[in-house]
Amino acid sequence: MSDVILDIRGLEKSFGALKATDGVTLDLRRGEIHALIGPNGAGKSTLIKQITGEIRQDAGTVSFEGQAIDALDPAARARLGLARSFQVSSIVPEFTALENTMLAVLGAGGGVFRFLRPALADRGLTDPARFHLEQAGLALRERVPASALSHGERRRLEIAMALAMRPRAFLLDEPMAGMGAEGAKDLTVILSDLRGEAPILLVEHDMDAVFALADRISVLVYGRIIATGSVEEIRANPEVRRTYLGEDA
Amino acid sequence: MGRDAALNTAVFAALVAVAFGAHVYGAPYVVTLATKAAILALAGVGLNLALGYGGMVSFGHAVFFGIGGYVTGIFASHAAAGTPVTTFPFTIAGSAEMLGIWPMAMVVTALAAVVIGALSLRTTGVYFIMVTLAFAQMVYYFAISWRAYGGEDGLSFYVRNSFPGLNTFAPLQFFAISAVLLAMAMAFSALVTRSRFGLALQAARANRQRVMASGIRPFALQLTAFVLSAAIVGLAGALYADLNRFVSPAMLSWHMSGEIMVFVILGGVGRLAGPVAGAGVFILLEQLLGGVSEYWQALLGLLLLAIVLYAPGGILGLLARGMRRV
Repeated sequence: MSDVILDIRGLEKSFGALKATDGVTLDLRRGEIHALIGPNGAGKSTLIKQITGEIRQDAGTVSFEGQAIDALDPAARARLGLARSFQVSSIVPEFTALENTMLAVLGAGGGVFRFLRPALADRGLTDPARFHLEQAGLALRERVPASALSHGERRRLEIAMALAMRPRAFLLDEPMAGMGAEGAKDLTVILSDLRGEAPILLVEHDMDAVFALADRISVLVYGRIIATGSVEEIRANPEVRRTYLGEDA
Repeated sequence: MGRDAALNTAVFAALVAVAFGAHVYGAPYVVTLATKAAILALAGVGLNLALGYGGMVSFGHAVFFGIGGYVTGIFASHAAAGTPVTTFPFTIAGSAEMLGIWPMAMVVTALAAVVIGALSLRTTGVYFIMVTLAFAQMVYYFAISWRAYGGEDGLSFYVRNSFPGLNTFAPLQFFAISAVLLAMAMAFSALVTRSRFGLALQAARANRQRVMASGIRPFALQLTAFVLSAAIVGLAGALYADLNRFVSPAMLSWHMSGEIMVFVILGGVGRLAGPVAGAGVFILLEQLLGGVSEYWQALLGLLLLAIVLYAPGGILGLLARGMRRV
């Protein structure tokens, strides 16, 4: 079996005259964290959405574990094990942390069309959900409505939900966004452990986190990948320094 | 019993108490009013499944109420005349048995809901409201022009359908039938909303994107809820036809859709006993104020406005808040 889990080739997407994705080729390999960085408006979110299927590309293909997934809708891609978290926390606010995680378990495991048995008494849902809440460090907060969780806790809840989807790959869209230094440090440890579960395509602005976590980094500018390489290679790349990191990086 | 369950039971018990009290004090008219409240509440419980739990603001649920009513009227009138309902593709005889008519009404309603739901759910928001309304109005105008079953004048049938072992003409016995069905629908609703399906449905209302990212298609969830909701409303329509021994296009009109919505909003959207409280208060107001002025609905409008602005949880929300203070 190949080591490439997610293979993106020649992806193109235009919105009118704007080329948001311009021939992007990128892969995600077993056991790695591949960080995707770039200035605001570089097309990172557009790229993520083409991988999840929320946006259809104009050209190019996305393959997942050797299978082209271009024709699949977001729900079908999620069921294959493509687990994503959102840039802005996307949870069900009136559900508790446990219920949110149960939803993810339900999506991965199937059996949605059961009408009579209470879900909260269904250990096929609650046991895995509790397990993943614990993995994300939220075990003590399972009964709290998601709307009452702190910002950092919501980001963790997203991680628990991504874990609950039996992921074969994670797409994490700015998991550190809006977190304090302390929270970001905690989350860095959690993400580092996650790569054992499944490889991570990490979109992130927090450079400390990226340099601490990434095995490889790709830099996206104006819809194009201008460089891909190890942390050292990217730090030393003159074009990256000029366009993104700044000369003093 | 949790606080919500106690409150739901209390609201239902109040309706039953009114009916039995009226029977004891020899006021059959009030028993019939309580029956009407129970039947309209049943329709509200049905709509609540789509509107409250599924987030689908259907402005066309009268179509299901009316179809349930027409199925009842058509079967009953054929049974009275001794003619078959149809001879093609096979012969279907008329029926005056509630136990035969109810499943028929629910199946026909559910089939209509599959078609209407599948088409309407391609849209969301205001468009969904308008599309459901448009379908209901289509069926309304069809009924008006359907001469064979009374057209604009509606269809009367003089004998209320029968139920084994009961005299359906006795007001209290017909109330009991309606109340038991209402209780069953509430129990069904309670189970469904707590189930796996209910979890996913309510998630789809609150955050569609998240549900898709979890690998679940919201469309299938919503269509299923829409059809279940419609079948319950269809059953209510069948009972309502039996209550009046008369069906007319008015059961299908957008006024009726609006009224069912009012029961739900007045009582509390997404609350189990909300439609029971809503329908009860609606009929109470109709009786108290209807005698004073024919414009009583203007006052109802003000009440509705106050509820929407200051108590979005409806009557049940207010009661629940009151209980928490005690």
